[in-house]
Amino acid sequence: MAAVHGDVHGHGHDDHHPSGIMRWVTTTNHKDIGSMYLWFSFTMFLIGGFLAMGIRAELYQPGIQILEPELFNQFTTLHGLIMVFGAIMPAFVGFANWQVPIMIGAPDMAFARMNNWSFWLLPVAGTLLVGSFFAPGGAAAGGWTFYPPLSTQGGIGVDLMIFAVHILGASSIMGSINIITTILNMRAPGMTLMKMPMFVWTWLITAYLLVLVMPVLAGVVTMLLTDRHFGTSFFNAAGGGDPVMFQHIFWFFGHPEVYIMILPAFGIVSEIIPTFSRKPLFGYSSMVYATASIAILSCIVWAHHMFTAGMPAIGQLFFMYATMLIAVPTGVKVFNWTATMWRGSMSFETPMLFAIGFIFLFVIGGLSGVICAIVPIDIQVQDTYYVIAHFHYVLVSGALFSLFAGAYYWIPKWTGRMYNETLGKWHFWLSMFFFNLTFFVQHFLGLAGMPRRIPDYNLQFADFNMISSIGAFGFGLTQLLFLYIMINCIRGGEKAPEKPWDGATTLEWTHLPTPAPYHSFEKPPVLK
Amino acid sequence: MMRKLLVFTLIMFVFGFALVPFYEKFCEVTGINNLLRPDVLAKDNWVDEERWVTIEFDANTRGLPWQFKPLQTSARIHPGESISVMYEITNNSDREISGQAIPSYSPRFLDKHLKKFECFCFTKQVLKPNETRQMPVQFVIEPGLPADIHTVTVSYTFFELPDSASTAKK
Repeated sequence: MAAVHGDVHGHGHDDHHPSGIMRWVTTTNHKDIGSMYLWFSFTMFLIGGFLAMGIRAELYQPGIQILEPELFNQFTTLHGLIMVFGAIMPAFVGFANWQVPIMIGAPDMAFARMNNWSFWLLPVAGTLLVGSFFAPGGAAAGGWTFYPPLSTQGGIGVDLMIFAVHILGASSIMGSINIITTILNMRAPGMTLMKMPMFVWTWLITAYLLVLVMPVLAGVVTMLLTDRHFGTSFFNAAGGGDPVMFQHIFWFFGHPEVYIMILPAFGIVSEIIPTFSRKPLFGYSSMVYATASIAILSCIVWAHHMFTAGMPAIGQLFFMYATMLIAVPTGVKVFNWTATMWRGSMSFETPMLFAIGFIFLFVIGGLSGVICAIVPIDIQVQDTYYVIAHFHYVLVSGALFSLFAGAYYWIPKWTGRMYNETLGKWHFWLSMFFFNLTFFVQHFLGLAGMPRRIPDYNLQFADFNMISSIGAFGFGLTQLLFLYIMINCIRGGEKAPEKPWDGATTLEWTHLPTPAPYHSFEKPPVLK
Repeated sequence: MMRKLLVFTLIMFVFGFALVPFYEKFCEVTGINNLLRPDVLAKDNWVDEERWVTIEFDANTRGLPWQFKPLQTSARIHPGESISVMYEITNNSDREISGQAIPSYSPRFLDKHLKKFECFCFTKQVLKPNETRQMPVQFVIEPGLPADIHTVTVSYTFFELPDSASTAKK
């Protein structure tokens, strides 16, 4: 951020914006807002990570050592909520803010003031979530999916969580409206839809998914709120409602949500792989169609989260086959990335390492996803550590690794400085090692029957849990190295060359100086 | 563009709520989760006099000051035979309370084979202070019940209904 700030006056533009803290409060610049999104999400990532450390510390040995069961439940619940809504989603919106305008040749986001507002809602929601730990009765403790009846019975912490989800939803919806409008209306002349960079395409589709399902989430938490305080019985069986209906409505949001968190990751990886393979992306149009099919399919598979909730066999079959169908477009993507690398003139800088690590581990997560989709197996592994292992493979080594890859890839463009390549590689290899140490053994724990969200466990699970906890501590510490690398880069990194990645072909590398000026593309670029 | 997207957002918010009646209609049409309406017995029902099934009756209340018990704790019948059982509720408090009984079965798949013609659980029950009421349940356990099941449990739990809220739907 300091580098961006230092750059402001270098371009002879008459900026009259305030300085100091008010600059950040009142800014409407997409780059400032993008940076704030990224810092916010990293802060939430550290908080969510702290909760994860607490969970793993408690699970280091059988028995209750550190966290009482009530507090442990709050830790698991808030870890999930903070990581999903506070870390991963805002981080991708941060990337969209920085990258979408400079990748399509637009001067800024379409609705600059709304952009400011959608960011500044986030700290409020984050404070509500974190602050709920100090409310009487503690934070919400019924799991991040807040199923009733636990969520209708909890204390004021649940109300704080509901408000936080409302605010985060509003922020996401405004962010998506902004992104859709920017992409559809503000592309440089000559940039047709099918010439857009993949990252922009994936975000366009993600933004549509967001406006499709975030309002439904807002609806379901509103029902929860009225059930809690205004005497309605949406989810109360005694009043004629149905708790299972909550799960149906929640997962109508929840399943597209997991693709909201992974599609932009696909986009980032689709930018990085061609750059470091020095070849155009293989099968560009099939990538676009695959992204769109994943988004459409994601809306009709929600009940695979609820195979054990009670469902006719025909329903189970439908959701099982529909879920397995998603593996087809996802496979198209993986093969396209592989084909892009095939006979490319590859080099392995940190962004590329994270991108390849992403493909490798995401495929493992995808495979366990197909396994979980099979009804008879899912009934066995439902709510066990197998599921935990599965979704951490797609969310940590999927979404999070792509965020790291994107940060290393674009930080020279953002700040005009290079990160420390040696430390970057260390960050990658340590993350890779500790990530697998943490989560691979959880597959075995799950298959052996260890349930999730329980602070204590049978002695037979002790060894794998200790291994997993050691991996988690290592993974957590490794992320402090990332923070150090980034601060080191921003504060005193080596000056970046105009085009640090010779294989990059998108507009921000070919048409903008490094670092990107505070105001870019005031005149749209000319595209051949 | 923004207006279109905002309207779309609003539509999706309403859609979230529209899922509630849609879900109920879906369950009604497909016959899933039918708690509040009498069943119809299949025309080809027959009594399997070779087999005996023991039915245990259970009654609970949840959060309301009622006494609730079956007048007999168990019964032994042939599958396919109709049986009627009386339950008794007493309101021990000095206020009028309305309650709704929700059934629960063991084994879980018993609901596929248990056909209920009459039940106090189909409607809400309103009891004046200190009132006592006897209510019947009449049902058949179909001969399709797997042969290895010899004992089943039928349980009811009464929940208090909020006065303001409308009663159990349908």
